[in-house]
Formats: sequence, structure tokens, C-alpha cells
Amino acid sequence: MIIVKNRILFFCITGVIVLASLISVAVWGLKLSTDFTGGTLVEVTYPNGRPASADLSASLNSAGYSGYSLREAGNKDYILRSSELTPAQRDALSAALSIGSTTVATITQYTQVGPTIGTELRRKAFISISLVLLCILLFIAFAFRKVSQPVSSWVYGVIALITLLHDVAVPVGFFAALGHFAGAEVDTLFVTAILTVLGFSVHDTIVVFDRVRENLAINKEKGRKEPFEDTAGRALNQTFVRSVNTSLTVLFTLLVLFFLGPASTRDFALTLLVGIIAGTYSSIALATPLLVESERWFKQGKK
Amino acid sequence: MAAVLVLLAGVGIGYFAYWSEGHNFRPFKLGLDLSGGTQLVYKADLSAIPGADAADSLAALRDTIERRVNLFGVSEPLVQTEHVSAAISGAAEDRLIIELPGVTDTQKAIALIGQTPVLEFRMLKPGADPSKATASTTVDEMFDPAIITGKDLSSAELQFQGQGVSEPVVVLHFNSHGAAVFADVTKQNVGKVFGIFLDGSLIEAPVIREAIPDGTAVISGNFTAESAKELARNLNYGALPVPIELQYTQTVSGTLGAQAVQNGIMAALWGVAAVIFFMLLWYRLPGLIAGVALLIYIVVTLALFQLIPVTMTAAGIAAFILSVGMAVDANVLIFERMKEEMRSGKHISEAIKDGFARAWPSIRDSNISSMITAVILFWFGTSLIKGFALVFGLGVLVSMLTAITVSRTFLIALGIHSKTKLAHFLFGSGTRL
Repeated sequence: MIIVKNRILFFCITGVIVLASLISVAVWGLKLSTDFTGGTLVEVTYPNGRPASADLSASLNSAGYSGYSLREAGNKDYILRSSELTPAQRDALSAALSIGSTTVATITQYTQVGPTIGTELRRKAFISISLVLLCILLFIAFAFRKVSQPVSSWVYGVIALITLLHDVAVPVGFFAALGHFAGAEVDTLFVTAILTVLGFSVHDTIVVFDRVRENLAINKEKGRKEPFEDTAGRALNQTFVRSVNTSLTVLFTLLVLFFLGPASTRDFALTLLVGIIAGTYSSIALATPLLVESERWFKQGKK
Repeated sequence: MAAVLVLLAGVGIGYFAYWSEGHNFRPFKLGLDLSGGTQLVYKADLSAIPGADAADSLAALRDTIERRVNLFGVSEPLVQTEHVSAAISGAAEDRLIIELPGVTDTQKAIALIGQTPVLEFRMLKPGADPSKATASTTVDEMFDPAIITGKDLSSAELQFQGQGVSEPVVVLHFNSHGAAVFADVTKQNVGKVFGIFLDGSLIEAPVIREAIPDGTAVISGNFTAESAKELARNLNYGALPVPIELQYTQTVSGTLGAQAVQNGIMAALWGVAAVIFFMLLWYRLPGLIAGVALLIYIVVTLALFQLIPVTMTAAGIAAFILSVGMAVDANVLIFERMKEEMRSGKHISEAIKDGFARAWPSIRDSNISSMITAVILFWFGTSLIKGFALVFGLGVLVSMLTAITVSRTFLIALGIHSKTKLAHFLFGSGTRL
């Protein structure tokens, strides 16, 4: 299998991708949404066309609002972000957003998150991502427990974990760039997308590993001696079409979701798209090559 | 024969899903982000409640709010309590989650809840003197935890008391529990002072002159006839046992939701079409069967969404569309395996059988890992994300079943034993004779 043969090259490619993602996060950072920071998010639409941002700011300032930010959305909408509003500010908002009797604002979405809920969601996001990673490690170690030669089932689990870290790094890096250039924010849906990518990617990795497991069993049955590199390479070959096809069907549906789906899930679909491409790539070009490499490493260690 | 039955069952379920939507028997339940409405999350402040009464007070809190919400004619409101442990939010917290479908005016929604009075009776601590209290003295420093709260109230009425210029007062009638507690407390504390609190502020602090066994109490705190009447009315709708504080507000307008539903349905239709088209192109006859299996998967899940019922949110629709893409995965695995078996020279019928058997461990293990993710997602989620997790988890489970049973039934039912060129063309794209 060409990928297993040239695994050093692929390790380099993977390294570059991960490095680029990390740099993207380091340079641009992730913009946390009100879900996590607490505060107020208002979506407002102007059926007769929206006013200029400066006019709107003037109206808000004169009504005593401060420390907010305005962003245009869609054709007639604005998104307003601010720290938590007082009840009086909340009630007066609709009037302050309207200018005169001609540009009347309609608030289509109003979200206000208190600080404790924000903290809680932040913690929950970290806990659940860690929990998914841990459970998957344990599950793979368990599912492959009967395969201990030539590498122990824990190695399969750890490699799946490394693969998953790659799959998280790529969409996070992508999202940092998206946040910088298009103002996208990390919200609970983003965390959901990351968790879904984890589930999907490990799905892929397990299918390849399962084939390695089967090939090893067949070799043992037939008493065939074969370098592990070839066994694993064959497994990759055998599952390659399936990995690509399944990802394609999912990518089709995600593209449709991105272009036709609800506006609220557009960033979500995009994150998933990137994550699933990363996941498919990593289960083909990272997981099995790593498995082969670790087998060599363990063999040398024994000598 | 079996295949015909499966097909009929599929059509039947599909018809049911369609019929029940049309006849409002069990229509799809839309989340607030799709139907439009308001979600409010309050923190319940239990600090003045003795630990043993906490559960009771929360239940009373929920009932009172629910009654209040129903009073205003909100259809299908949801009121529930939630306990958050200290490990997750830093400090343990009890919350009240209120969902008001159709109420798209945040101000009105908050006002609706905010009118509910909080009623507390608390004993003055020995040695404490309310008249000497400074601005920095907290209520908790002066008063013991609440002995009687809104949950002990059964009704309230407006009366006029006193000679000459009669003063409006509000008379409280306790329920049996409240009456018993009040009788007990007044008996044991003759000569002491207790405080009556409304919405957290002290209304009056009368001295107990004698035991009050009949379960009534009078509040006479400088009311006008109008304000006393309003208080009595509000108390009659129920008083809260503990103060609540607004933590989270979300309002989505109905038009935004309707747009999301429309887009979601369009995306789902095109998504399904794209997947079926791809499967047909790549796998030919088995691809067609996978398409049928996918359609059956779709009607089964939709019927389940109605029956359970699963609340559909924008994230839920996304999960469903995603699950359509993933649902064919089991079929892809099986078909690839079948092709492989055919390449190794096996007969088609044998290849079908072995293909299924060999693909099974992969399907099982990979789906278990997806289920793990779904369960954790469900735990992570706010109500919007819970919708996603539930749909995703159900999708994984149902798709595994339909992909295996339905496709298998059809493939075997077709009963292709021949090694003709046609059969080979239909099954084995990419394999040679």
C-alpha cells in the first residue's frame, strides 16, 4: 500500500496540517460566543431595509447603551452583542434599535446568558470532549483485546486517540481562521460539531483496524508469515473505497445542509465538513501508518 | 415474500407518519428555535430553606410557575427543574427551566413570570433588632431560615380591618401542612417576632401574641385598597417558596423558525436524493436496495420522532440529515465486502451471505463508538443540543438495523443464483468475471 510505504511523507504532511491549525489558533485565537462568555446576543431585522451602522450606533448611544458591537448579517439584519443588559435596558432595546418611524426594528432572536451558565457550559464542553476521547480509548482497547500480537490492543486505542486529536485540531484551526475572516464564533453547536467529528472519525479508524484484526487472524489460521507492514497495508487497501464512499455520502449531505439548510446551522455544517474530511484523511493516512511504525518500534525494543 | 412484507411495513409506517402529522394525532414536536418562543432559565435561591425541605420547595416552585403560565394561555408550556452539581458549574445550583412556545415577546414573558410573588415567613434571630439594622445588615443575618413559604399557602383574600378608617389587609389561608407548622411555631414562640417577606423584602415584623391554630395569618403592611387587592389576586395564583433569579433568556421569533423549518426540509430532501443517486451510480442493484433501505430508515425514524416524541430543533434536523449520509455506511461496508468475496471467485449468493457476516464486526464496533458519542452529547447539551444527540443516537441505532435487516432481506429475496453476465453487471461494478 502506497500510503504505508511512504508513511514518512504522510507524517510530514500531517505534521504541516496540524502545525498550520495550531498557528491559526495561536495567531487569531478562538472567539467565544455568548453561550460561553455570558452576555447578550440580539438578532434584529429591518423589513424596510436596515439603517447605516453609524446611525444605529448613534441611536443606541443616545439611549444609554455602551460596550456593544454591531455586525451586519443577511440582507436586512444586524447582530448586536453586548454584556448582560439590565431589565430596563432589555425592555427599551426594541425602541432604541428603531430610528424614527420609518426604520422599525423587529427583534428576531434575543439571547441573554448569565455568567454562571457560561462558565458551566465551558466546563461541560471540556469535560464532554475529554470524556468522549477517554471512552473511545477504553472501548477500542476493549474491542481489540483479543489482538495482542504484534502490538497490544492499547496501542490501537492510543493511536485512535492521536488520530482524534488531529481531527479536533484541524476544524479548531479552521474555525479560528473563520472567526478572524468571517466573524464566526465558537458556540455550543461548534462543540457539538467537534464531538460528532470525533464519533465519525473513530468510526472510520475502527473499520480499518478491524480489517487489520481480521487479516492477522487469517494469517494465524493459515500459518502464514507476513511482515506486519504488509498485513496492515492490505487492510488499508481493502477498506479504502469504503472509507472514501462513506465520507462522500456524508459530505454530500453536509454540502446540501450548508447551502440549503437553516442559517443557524451553516457554520455547524462547515465545521463538520472540515472535520469529516480531516477525519477521513487521518484514518487513512495517519492511523494505520502509525500502527505500522509502532509495531517496528516495539520490535526494536524487544531486540 | 419477506421482502414484500418489509416493503409493505415501510409503506405502512410512512403512511402513518404522514397521516398522524395531517390529523394532529402525533405531530412533530418543534423546538423553540423552530416554532418560535421563549426559554427562560432561573436560578432558585434555596439558601433560606432548610435542607430537608429543598425538594418539596422546588416541586412547589415548579407547580406554581406552571399554574401561572397556564393561566396566561400559553399552549404546551414546559416547566422543569434541574439540579446542577458543583463539579460542573463551580457551585451546586438548582434551576427552573421555562419554555413558552409562541411567546416571542421577551418582555412579556419575563413579566408573566415576574408577577408571581415570593412569600416567606422567617423567625427573627434572638437578639436581632430590625429597627437597628443598617444598610449592610443582610436578611440572613437577622432572620432564621424560612419556616413557612409560598408552598404552604392555599388562598388569600382582601379584607378591611380596624375601627373608624378601616385599613385594607390581606388574609392568608394556609393549607393543612402550613396550618400545622404555623400553629406549632406560634405556640412555641409567643412573645417573639417573625418577619413576613414578599419578594425578599420585609413587609412587616409582628410580635406573636398567642398561638394561632386556625391556619390564617394577616398581612397589614401599609396597603392601599388597590395594592392589597392585586397582592391577594397574585397570591391566589400561587406564591413562590423561594426567590428566583433570571440567568438565561432566549427568544426566537416565529418567522425565523418557520424559515429554518423550510430550509431544513429542503436540505433533507436534496440530501437524501444525492445519497441515493450516488449509491445507484456506484453499486447499481445493491445501490438501489440501499436506497430502499434508506427510505425505510427515514420513515421509521420519522415515525419514532413522532411517537417518542423527539423535539425537533435546527440542530436536530442537521443531525437527521447527517444521519442519512451515515445510514448508508453499513450498506457500503457490506457491499464492498460482497464485491471482494466475488472477486475471490465466490458465487453471488454466497458472496452476499459472507459479505454480511464479515462486515458485521466492523459495523457493530463502529456504531458502538458513535453511540458513546451520542450519549455524552446528550449529557453535554442544552435543550437544543439534546435534540441533536437524541436524533443522532436514534439514527445510528435505526440505521444499523435497517441496513442489515432490510438490505439483507431484499438481496436474498431477489434470489439471484445465476452466474449470468446480467447478474454480474447488476452486482459487481468494478469486478471482472
